Amino acid sequence: MSVLVFTENWDGKFKKMSFELVSYASKIAEMLNTQTVALSIGDVQEDELKKLGNYAADKIVSVNNDKLNNLDNQAYTSVIAEVATKEEATVIIIAQNNMGKALAPRLSVKLKAGLGAGVSKLPASVEPFTIFKKVYSGKAYSNVVIKSDIKILTLAQNSFEFEENAKSHAIENFEPSVGDVKTSVSNVQKQTGKILLNDAEIVISGGRGMKSGDQWAPIEELAEVLGAATACSRPVSDEGWRPHEEHTGQTGKIIAPNLYIAAGISGAIQHLAGISSSKCIVAINTDKDAPIFEAADYGIIGDASKVLPDFIEAVKEIK
Amino acid sequence: MKILICLSNVPDTTTKAKFVNDNTAFDTTGVQWIINPWDELALTRAIELKTDAANTIENITVITVGGKDAEPTMRKALAIGADDAVRIDVEPKDAYFVAAQIAEYLKSNPFDLIFSGIESADYNGSAVGGMVAEFLNAPSVSAVSGLNIEGGQVKITRDIDGGQEEVSVEMPAVLTVQKGIAKEPMIAAMRGIMMARKKPLNVVAPVEVEALTEIVNFEMPQPKPACKMIEPENVKELVDLLQNEAKVI
Ligand SMILES: Cc1cc2nc3c(=O)[nH]c(=O)nc-3n(C[C@H](O)[C@H](O)[C@H](O)COP(=O)(O)OP(=O)(O)OC[C@H]3O[C@@H](n4cnc5c(N)ncnc54)[C@H](O)[C@@H]3O)c2cc1C
Ligand SMILES: Nc1ncnc2c1ncn2[C@@H]1O[C@H](COP(=O)(O)O)[C@@H](O)[C@H]1O
Repeated sequence: MSVLVFTENWDGKFKKMSFELVSYASKIAEMLNTQTVALSIGDVQEDELKKLGNYAADKIVSVNNDKLNNLDNQAYTSVIAEVATKEEATVIIIAQNNMGKALAPRLSVKLKAGLGAGVSKLPASVEPFTIFKKVYSGKAYSNVVIKSDIKILTLAQNSFEFEENAKSHAIENFEPSVGDVKTSVSNVQKQTGKILLNDAEIVISGGRGMKSGDQWAPIEELAEVLGAATACSRPVSDEGWRPHEEHTGQTGKIIAPNLYIAAGISGAIQHLAGISSSKCIVAINTDKDAPIFEAADYGIIGDASKVLPDFIEAVKEIK
Repeated sequence: MKILICLSNVPDTTTKAKFVNDNTAFDTTGVQWIINPWDELALTRAIELKTDAANTIENITVITVGGKDAEPTMRKALAIGADDAVRIDVEPKDAYFVAAQIAEYLKSNPFDLIFSGIESADYNGSAVGGMVAEFLNAPSVSAVSGLNIEGGQVKITRDIDGGQEEVSVEMPAVLTVQKGIAKEPMIAAMRGIMMARKKPLNVVAPVEVEALTEIVNFEMPQPKPACKMIEPENVKELVDLLQNEAKVI
């Protein structure tokens, strides 16, 4: 028996997300009194693989195969399934990000394993296996029992408090049988030099209250001084004031930073669906009745174009 | 080319979630039902592509696993421009159950492209599309934010964490779509609404499938403590609170 955790890498490097996943998996392994096996697919050096051991992986299985250079959902699924079977995994942990959403459902069918999508805490019990997940875009939660022998959980990003817990671990290279690859990738465009919205611990977001696309300098500067990513509400990206990647909400990105600062955003329910899991929310809005203040921890009733420059100065003073 | 769109009938996105029967069932009283926003965008893109004859799209079908109460939403899809609709007559139990029903239908009714949304507004599972693909042993592309057809080949843009990729895929394939696939959802015109009444909405019997998961009950989120208000002149105080009280900067 084991708990298998699939860890993604970016150009051979793991991110905080990967460690969060391994750590989460190891806690479930503890509940089941079994071991944690981390699977890595791609060209990752041993030094980097070892880092997974710092978050309580007992074993690290590394798969490096040229056919897997690009994401083909079917091929990746069959590799994860093969390793899961080899390791007799009864629980499989995957990230609830683009890659996880592509793979977890396929794996669920391949292994006839019930899927708990977007969990943010440990199962309430393992017998029956009961998970807690968001439903209705965060307006409610549900307790769900997974009845199948194998269970798959996808973990919402930045939702699980984790810490280092180094264990002695074994690293094993594994050569899977990879079938035909039916998707081909012709062009890759990566955002470089920017803090990605999904990774950011702090996010500064602007809404229609910012008035126009050329009013974004204070948001960008505040992001700069805080080491934050920038985001926006849907109308802002629809208007072309900001790129689509920045749109957060039910129909945009769903994020959970430690700090989310909303300037000139009314706080419509569809917007909150994307940001309400943030640990701390700050709202700056001229309208004292704006619904964003119901979701916020700290609020300023005021004009964002005046408050933000003061905010920047105040942050500079403490940095 | 034949396109199938998996259509989920969901509560309007502004609906307040309420539950009945000891918090085991969603309270549907007064709820407005809509096409899941992603499915609506998938339908929009399919119709846009069909208007160009060079794309040789013969047919756009929508499919829903659900009871008769899903039909008004399905009619809406027909009014927007789907050619026909299929309803598999059973209450959805979980994503695996829904996907198994759709996959079974596809075995005797093949399609070239199958669209699903990246997430339903009710279960938030991000699951059905990928599951259908695995049942069919067909390729799938997830997080699709752009789609074109060139010389009978589909050209897909998909989002990856930290960027975008141009992808092509063998058909039949399942595409799980998200923001960007179409700009604004298409709205039904009067003529479309009239025509929708005459378009076929076929009801199909379900197959025997066991669900793998079961919702025990629902819970409301913990109420948030009241927002701490800071005077606009005292931004320094806010920064101090963020640093020393919330400890987030
Ligand atoms: C199916 C569906 C899905 C949707 N999905 C999303 C989604 O994913 N994300 C999303 O964001 N929206 C989404 N929406 C749209 C949503 O309903 C709101 O319309 C939108 O979030 C409002 O954006 P906003 O807050 O920027 O603009 P507004 O609602 O116009 O609010 C602007 C705010 O700025 C304040 N303001 C004005 N001037 C100033 C100033 N000088 N300083 C400070 N504050 C000021 C105003 O008081 C107001 O509160 C969706 C809608 C639907 C129907
Ligand atoms: N009952 C259903 N009938 C048809 N399609 C569905 C159903 N439920 C979900 N889907 C499709 O699967 C997508 C993702 O839903 P979910 O897996 O519930 O997040 C939706 O956008 C639909 O395209």
